Amino acid sequence: MSARAEMLQSSAVFDVERIREDFPILREKIHGKPLVYLDNAATTQKPKAVIDRLVHYYSHDNANVHRAVHLLSTRATEACDRTREKIRRFVNAGSTNEIIFVRGTTEGLNLAAQSYGRQNVKTGDEVLITGLEHHSNIVPWQILCNEKQAHLRVVHIDDRGVVPLDQFERALNERTRLVAVAHVSNALGTVNPLARMIEMAHRRGIPVVVDGAQAVPHMPVDVRALDADFYAFSGHKLFGPTGIGVLYGKEALLETMPPYQGGGDMIRSVTFEKTDYNTLPYKFEAGTPDIAGIVGLGAAVDYVNGIGLDAIAAYEHELLEYATARISQMGGVRIIGTAPHKASVLSFVVDHAHPHDVGTILDQEGIAVRTGHHCAQPVMDRFEIAATTRASMAFYNTAAEVDALAAGIRKVQEFFS
Amino acid sequence: MSDLHDLYQETILDHSKRPRNKAALAGATHKAEGYNPLCGDRLSLQLKIENGHITGVGFQGAGCAISTASASLMTEAIKGKTPDEVESAFQKFHALLTEERPPAPDLGKLAVFSGVREYPMRVKCATLAWHTLRAALHGEGQPVSTE
Repeated sequence: MSARAEMLQSSAVFDVERIREDFPILREKIHGKPLVYLDNAATTQKPKAVIDRLVHYYSHDNANVHRAVHLLSTRATEACDRTREKIRRFVNAGSTNEIIFVRGTTEGLNLAAQSYGRQNVKTGDEVLITGLEHHSNIVPWQILCNEKQAHLRVVHIDDRGVVPLDQFERALNERTRLVAVAHVSNALGTVNPLARMIEMAHRRGIPVVVDGAQAVPHMPVDVRALDADFYAFSGHKLFGPTGIGVLYGKEALLETMPPYQGGGDMIRSVTFEKTDYNTLPYKFEAGTPDIAGIVGLGAAVDYVNGIGLDAIAAYEHELLEYATARISQMGGVRIIGTAPHKASVLSFVVDHAHPHDVGTILDQEGIAVRTGHHCAQPVMDRFEIAATTRASMAFYNTAAEVDALAAGIRKVQEFFS
Repeated sequence: MSDLHDLYQETILDHSKRPRNKAALAGATHKAEGYNPLCGDRLSLQLKIENGHITGVGFQGAGCAISTASASLMTEAIKGKTPDEVESAFQKFHALLTEERPPAPDLGKLAVFSGVREYPMRVKCATLAWHTLRAALHGEGQPVSTE
């Protein structure tokens, strides 16, 4: 084991072995071998604190929110309110009115497209995205642009998977109504220089929608420091439950926007002639929310805060450096996505072996990776490949697991050399 | 625990590394495109049918070892067959991949895919070529998808 690996293992400030004990699933055996979970960009595992919170909620507090005067409804409502405040602090929003609970990043981006986008994008306008977007930050804008006969414009990435800032700036023009950009690429790990991109867009008065799904689990995010207009993320990639996510939106923008969906909770009064909408944030939360998901997300945020995102980012940076060095030393393996600033994603292709076969062989070793196009087919097209194998790490991964990955890749090479 | 060598049998590795009939077919009478959205694999298949028999077959595309070997072995298996015989072979092949019983005795080399049954996520890799073949025979025109 290298000096760096030893340092990762024995780090006093970051006791990864203790952290791993918080995640029951990490004790699972897969095909008789210890689970090496390296598919965190798809979804993260849940600490016991989150699992226990869900059980507690359904065992003691379950009721609908904002509906009844009984005690359980009060408890459920208060639990949701507390989580909204936790999320506000977590991303440093100015007000809980700016925290909209949605199903996940995808729904958050669709909300922005269907409400803000439909109201503000007109025929001949442009929506600007980048070449590294996930399908969920492409398709909602395509749907909008098709409806409005607007143009979806793309700033392409370079050979490292970096969005060239000069090209980004040149693409902004008087027809640009909106920029939609990922904070971190799910397929490549590239961290976009978001603050500078937002500043460039704002200089021209263009608002920016951010897909933050891959950023919030890995680094502190401050929506006010970034000056993001909208910022969406998912609970399940942040060690919380599936089915819950957040759309942050600036209050001034949210106030002017029409509702996304109609239903209960988003209204103040309804007659057959006319409906008065509820205030923020409820105007955008039609129907019974995923209350358990909200409560579980609150527990996940508490858990992550307990470790600290600065410590997480520092540890994951070391781990990614170690993994990058380890995998790039191997002959016959090419890393896809070599941006200077990356979050803990390692996408690669193995000579003579299709990613699907790589995934099957790694799985037999207990190693869970994602293989395929990662819902980012344009990224694959850019590198002229059909698919990659993606190892994506979280703070509970270790240098020893990276070594297991390298050994698994050796096994792949034995089959397909 | 299943052994990887049951999945990646020698014949499969051989056909994935050196696929047969992997070339565009001149004078094709039937063709179709296949797509597996799960892994992004694409397959183009051309057939030449004369007097009710398949006399020529060619395929192109990039895929995993299982899908490439399946396409390659399929092209060998269907030459000289009638569309009805091909349909019967497909049914037996599909049963091999999905059902817990001994392979049909007349499957020939196609029986090497018996290990795929232990890997449910990979069944679609093995059937992509066959779905594309049926689309070509039935003239469905639209690209077929495994989903």
